[in-house]
Amino acid sequence: MVSSRKIEILVGIFVVLGLTAFIIMALNISNLSSLSSAKGYNVTAHFENIGGLRPRAKVTLSGVVVGRVTKISYDKESFRAIITMTLNSDIDYLPEDTQASIYTSGLLGEQYISLEPGAEDEVLKNGSSITLTQSAVVLEEVIGKLMVSFTTKD
Amino acid sequence: MMLNWFQHIGAFTFDILANTGRASIFLLQVILGIKETLFRPQLLIRELYSVGVLSLLIIIFSAIFVGMVLSLLGYVTLVDFGAESSLGVLVSLSLIRELGPVLTALLFSGRAGSALTAEIGLMKATEQLASMEMMAVDPIRRIITPRFLAGCISLPLLTVIFMSLGIYAGYLVGSIWLGVDEGSFWSQMQSKVEFGHDVINGFIKSIVFGFVVTWIAVYQGYNAIPTSEGVSRATTNSVVYSALAVLALDFILTAVMFV
Repeated sequence: MVSSRKIEILVGIFVVLGLTAFIIMALNISNLSSLSSAKGYNVTAHFENIGGLRPRAKVTLSGVVVGRVTKISYDKESFRAIITMTLNSDIDYLPEDTQASIYTSGLLGEQYISLEPGAEDEVLKNGSSITLTQSAVVLEEVIGKLMVSFTTKD
Repeated sequence: MMLNWFQHIGAFTFDILANTGRASIFLLQVILGIKETLFRPQLLIRELYSVGVLSLLIIIFSAIFVGMVLSLLGYVTLVDFGAESSLGVLVSLSLIRELGPVLTALLFSGRAGSALTAEIGLMKATEQLASMEMMAVDPIRRIITPRFLAGCISLPLLTVIFMSLGIYAGYLVGSIWLGVDEGSFWSQMQSKVEFGHDVINGFIKSIVFGFVVTWIAVYQGYNAIPTSEGVSRATTNSVVYSALAVLALDFILTAVMFV
């Protein structure tokens, strides 16, 4: 029979191992450490077509991730999609005429929003809306247009 | 003949209902004893040792081999598409979402659940539980609750150990043996694995599995027919029912969490 002091020590090692594993999961494997600046402000944008954009897709500025898409809904007045995105609060210098485009990473990768700063002096604040948008490129549409231009030639 | 057949179905249905009821009442009694167990941590620590610490070895070994095999097979598939930099995502997401909780629960039911059932069943067969009752000691609070609580605590801990060890084993095979770029392995993993979504949900899965597996194990032991054959049947049932419950619950939980 193992003595009860030894049992206590072994159980202690077991619990410490478990907690260490959990901390490793939190800091090293998942993106908790990069979410430290979770505080941010919300900006909306209207799109004609969002393609395959999903909530939690990234929002980039020259390729640097500056926020996440938080909500996707449909506006029944303008018949367009409304994207709500949360931008990190340290990105507080984006002009109001910033353009938002939906791009695909790689040929078949996931879709994300790319922001291109404009030239206005007014900056985007919590609740403001991006008016200049460019929809996602839907592959079938492109192929359809190509087909039309090929057939009208002859 | 026909009537006999219907009688069988009826008896079978009532058996199932009675078993469900008995198991639920038993669970309630066990849970009511938790407060007293917490006042006597010595009992709980002894059970944590036999349920958790002794399962550690099999969990560590399985985690290392599962992580290595995932990495190896994932590499073979992904390299055809030039996408081997996503190997870290593949290994970590499959371990965190599915394989970690499920495999740990299955191994746990084989290693610790069967031992719990056999131990409690033998106590019943040798009338130790009855003699405790004679001495006005509630066997559920003295014997069952500490074991139940130890199982519920151990399995989530074992699961996170399984997940992180598996991911490191996958990293060793993928990065050092197969030559996947170390930086893209970790950075892609970190950008795709979300703590609040993937890790927490995997952890919730393991809590549910720990609860169910230990419940089945202690109930089967407590409810065993007090003969050597009865104890052996209870042990078999404990492992079989645990495996079925874990796999079925995993489907439901995955459908709720990740779809």
